[in-house]
Amino acid sequence: MKALLKYREIWLLAAIAVLIGLISTRFPAFADPGNLRQVFNDTSILMILALGQMVVILTRSIDLSMASNLCFTGMVVAMLNAAHPAIPIPLLIVIALAVGLVLGAINGLLVWRLNIPSIVVTLGTLTIYRGATFVISGGAWVNADKMSPDFIGFQRAALLGIPVLSWIAMLVIALFFVLMTRTALGRSIYAIGVNPTASVYTGIDVGRTKFIVFCISGMIGGLAGYLWISRYVIASVEVANGYELNIIAACVIGGISIAGGIGSVGGAVLGALFLGIISNALPVINISPFWQMAISGSAIILAVVLNARGERQQGRIILRKVEAA
Amino acid sequence: MTDVPVPRHIPDRLDKPLSSAIFSWEALLVVVAIAIFAINSFASPYFLDPYSLSDLTFNFTEKGLIAFAMALLIISGEIDLSVAAIIALASTMMGMAVQAGAGTPVLVLIGIGVGLGCGAFNGLLVTRLGLPSIVVTIGTMSLFRGIAFIILGDQAYKGYPESFAFFGQGYVWWVVSFELVLFLIAAVVYWFVLHRTSFGRRVFAIGNNPIAAQFSGVRVGRTKFILFCLTGLMSGIASVLITSRLGSTRPSIAQGYELEVITMVVLGGVSILGGAGSIVGVVLAALIMGLVTFGLGLLNVPGIVMSIFIGLLLIIVIALPIVWRRLRGRRLA
Repeated sequence: MKALLKYREIWLLAAIAVLIGLISTRFPAFADPGNLRQVFNDTSILMILALGQMVVILTRSIDLSMASNLCFTGMVVAMLNAAHPAIPIPLLIVIALAVGLVLGAINGLLVWRLNIPSIVVTLGTLTIYRGATFVISGGAWVNADKMSPDFIGFQRAALLGIPVLSWIAMLVIALFFVLMTRTALGRSIYAIGVNPTASVYTGIDVGRTKFIVFCISGMIGGLAGYLWISRYVIASVEVANGYELNIIAACVIGGISIAGGIGSVGGAVLGALFLGIISNALPVINISPFWQMAISGSAIILAVVLNARGERQQGRIILRKVEAA
Repeated sequence: MTDVPVPRHIPDRLDKPLSSAIFSWEALLVVVAIAIFAINSFASPYFLDPYSLSDLTFNFTEKGLIAFAMALLIISGEIDLSVAAIIALASTMMGMAVQAGAGTPVLVLIGIGVGLGCGAFNGLLVTRLGLPSIVVTIGTMSLFRGIAFIILGDQAYKGYPESFAFFGQGYVWWVVSFELVLFLIAAVVYWFVLHRTSFGRRVFAIGNNPIAAQFSGVRVGRTKFILFCLTGLMSGIASVLITSRLGSTRPSIAQGYELEVITMVVLGGVSILGGAGSIVGVVLAALIMGLVTFGLGLLNVPGIVMSIFIGLLLIIVIALPIVWRRLRGRRLA
């Protein structure tokens, strides 16, 4: 029991249960399984994005360009769909993944080859990718009436009573779980975050691994681009503006240390769910949605205070950073 | 032939040969600024006009004021992402005071006071609780702007007194605006503090090695706390200027400014990893960003496309010296 309490996922799960309990005292139908399934579906995109961000943060980097990537890729697939409705949806998803991968690889190459800090690189590409969305679209919107029924309907189709969007989220969660706990790449990602210098001596190519994590977050951004556009059925330059901070917030609440090396798939998923529940619950318990921003801000601060307590008993870092070239 | 130890002369400052001055970051920025200035004057006949050049300065003065304090903060190894949210909260508080019938001096005090308070809140969380500033300020960014949203919702505050308009719209002499004068004064003050006082040396020391600084008797926590307060203070001042210039407050005011301010600082040659940077660089970077956005604006380039140029500028200016150094290194080897 004591060992179980050490896992922060348990605490997060408890916090979420308390949150749902509190909400259902004001609005009993909220805890209804059908409604919770709906909340999960609503939060799917944030969960996917948080997982993509997680692998980057674990390596002591950060990807601020994810929301812009989402916006750009979403516009690309929406315009493709508007121009050529015959392209099947699975192929469009592959295209979205590929476009996202390219954008992520650009970030990764700049970080890997030129050693520019990731926060600077992705701060730059954050504005570039969103600006590029304007250039390819000419500032025009792609509305629902220009999208094919398949484009909009694919993620809404029910499979065993659960929408495809939720299935995609579950598939991504499973893939990330395998990646982080069952593969050498997952171990190296953690190793780099805990101690980059030791990782080099262990034979891990730190630069290349960072490149790979940016490719992963890019692909996730691209996938989320299609999902976002087909869910909210509008593609514009303003899509997901500022959302990069929500993604990071989900990670922080999920216990992923911004200093790298600490965090889990479960944490990222629960962190996203926590934010998702709040944004879903505010309207039903008659709190103005304008409260949401301040509440999630307080949640982030609270989470990071709690995180810091958990991380404090770490040992001293003896080796200083060495040129990893 | 006796071994009398010659007292070694330790210079206050290392000699800077001319070549290092020519190839310095600031020199690169000057070249870029002149190039953009020249391109602008060729591209648009309206550019070289005292009144347009005066309008140009409004593009960078408010963000530049914050950038000075942010530069010190980043040099010390911390960051503040909440500056734009502080502007929004301070502006909202000033709006509330106007509804209560406050006059101009009170408004200015409230704006600056709220900024200082927000900065102190960030500083306390970072230094007292030992939290990473990037996460703390992502949190306070949501919190501060969130409070502005709670108070204002989809409403706006208007009706600022006429005398309040001077700060953002007034001119001190001919085409020299009050904002520009404030920017220049702040530049001199921050330059002096960072490059000519022991406080400035401590900021560099902390950024280079906080543990060594601690053992050298530098109060790391207190210094960082002061820097967070300064950043909040400058955001409060910027809030007064912006609110005065726009004459109204919406909770979405100054959205996205934090990234522009940080871009300015990094473009100015301040290392995002801390420990290096100069105020001259930041001034030049502010000027360059103002020139780019204003020049493109004269050519009717939409703001979102301008942001591509700013983003590219940021990455290219950072990457260029790295690529150049690498190419040169390869030739030597």
